[in-house]
Amino acid sequence: MSGWRFVKRHLLGVVAVLALLYMLLPIAVVVLFSFNNPAGRFNYVWQSFTLDNWLNWNAAPGIQNALETSLLLAVLSSLAATALGTLIALALVRYDFRARGFLNFLIFLPMSAPEIVLGASLLTLFLNQSVFQLGFWTIFIAHVMFNISFVVVTVRARLVDFDRHLEEAAADLGANELVTFRKVTLPLLAPAILAGAMLAFAISVDDFVITYFNSGSTITFPVYVWGQAARGVPPQVNVIGSAIFFVAVGIMLAQAVVQTRRERRPA
Amino acid sequence: MGSFFHRHRGLTPWVLLLPGIAWLAVFFVVPLGYLGYQSLQSGTFPRYQFDWAFVNYTEAISDNQEQLIRSFVYAGIATAAALAISYPLAYWIAFRTGRWKNVFLVLVIAPFFVTYLIRTIAWQTILSDEGPVVDLLKTIGLVAEDGRLLATTLAVVAGITYNFLPFMVLPIYVSLEQVDRRLIEAAGDLYASPVRSFLRITLPMSLPGVFAGTLLTFIPASGDFINAELLGGPNQQMIGNVIQSKFLALVDYPAAAALSFVLMAIILVMVAAYARVVGAEKLTR
Repeated sequence: MSGWRFVKRHLLGVVAVLALLYMLLPIAVVVLFSFNNPAGRFNYVWQSFTLDNWLNWNAAPGIQNALETSLLLAVLSSLAATALGTLIALALVRYDFRARGFLNFLIFLPMSAPEIVLGASLLTLFLNQSVFQLGFWTIFIAHVMFNISFVVVTVRARLVDFDRHLEEAAADLGANELVTFRKVTLPLLAPAILAGAMLAFAISVDDFVITYFNSGSTITFPVYVWGQAARGVPPQVNVIGSAIFFVAVGIMLAQAVVQTRRERRPA
Repeated sequence: MGSFFHRHRGLTPWVLLLPGIAWLAVFFVVPLGYLGYQSLQSGTFPRYQFDWAFVNYTEAISDNQEQLIRSFVYAGIATAAALAISYPLAYWIAFRTGRWKNVFLVLVIAPFFVTYLIRTIAWQTILSDEGPVVDLLKTIGLVAEDGRLLATTLAVVAGITYNFLPFMVLPIYVSLEQVDRRLIEAAGDLYASPVRSFLRITLPMSLPGVFAGTLLTFIPASGDFINAELLGGPNQQMIGNVIQSKFLALVDYPAAAALSFVLMAIILVMVAAYARVVGAEKLTR
């Protein structure tokens, strides 16, 4: 009886922890094999511990170039998408106009279409014109395109809860619209805009499918990994994958801990 | 500038919208038009001409029936499996982790921060023929001596399930988090058993999250080609693999374009049917 009760009581927790382990297992493998010293080209079987891959993270030919391309693309495309997306979010929340429902739908579409269709359709556009050669800037165009929607959704969520009395107060104190926007609206929106920008950055760095269709001969980090997959991925790929992971999770954990502390303190 | 906006107040939203919406129009809507245009062309690379070649569509369906069916079966199974794994996890995080909630949420999102391709290659490592998993399964007799896990349907479906799990967990978590705990207490006070109050209160209130999660999993899963390519063999090719190779290797653009539209049309029909069955209007209100 008590055994059954124990199972009943903890079944949910056990299932949840197993699910979490399933989610984290491949990450553990990625990190573990970044310290492996593979015998051949394939980094599948554990041989021996080494720090060489971390010390020589750019020893695999082309890997540093691919990473730099990815980071540059992510910075530029997330900046552009954040600017364009924030303006759209402001218009959609602050103003009432007839096309709003349709525009909300238009924003939603790129997030819900399969990536392969987005990539393929953009490729047919680029194939049928002569202004853009497939390469860095066509990838940039693609990344801005699919990131706009994510920024709009992130910023809009914050704008809906925005206390407009603060802006009215600024106006009452004699600030014009531009000053109000710069001194009141923008600082209050900053966390949402930053969150949108970080999301866009993360999606851009990770994107493979749409990039692959529109990259021509330009190689981003995911495209590089894809190219190596058939031949055996060098352990340096694990090093960079692990490094990106640790930086991102470090930032998020710090945020989560700060938030948890804040919630614990009585208001 | 301030006075311009004052005189033309109705214009302000359009000024804000213009750059972003123009970008989406030129690089999202127009390309879909081009994809349609390309899908009705005939000829051979590099000279295709537009001649309303609707035959591309019938051929796209008849030539790739097997991959089309397989894609939606795989996506369906993966979505169901992801739901079965995600619901208990989301429920546990929402109701049982107290103030550590945010930390567990970070763990759920963590896989996102290892590039999609790298996590899939990690599954290659885990399931590889020389790996410990295959060894163990051989020892206990679940896998034949010459058997393998890679290049099987199981590996591909498990890979798809894995890769889209956070998309399922997060929306379910958000909807569970919004359930008013007082309703559950009230049900308890009125002598409803925990099972009954779950079925009558918590489950119905979490359905919007389930709806969003299943769509966020099913749609990308049905167009995926990475899992089939890295974890599957020739018998696990999905429609994404066909589109990808027709576009980038065989340069058969019209067939690839037609196939992309077929994929999108089937997804739209299935999503619409699903929304009707579960009553999405009630859910999203």
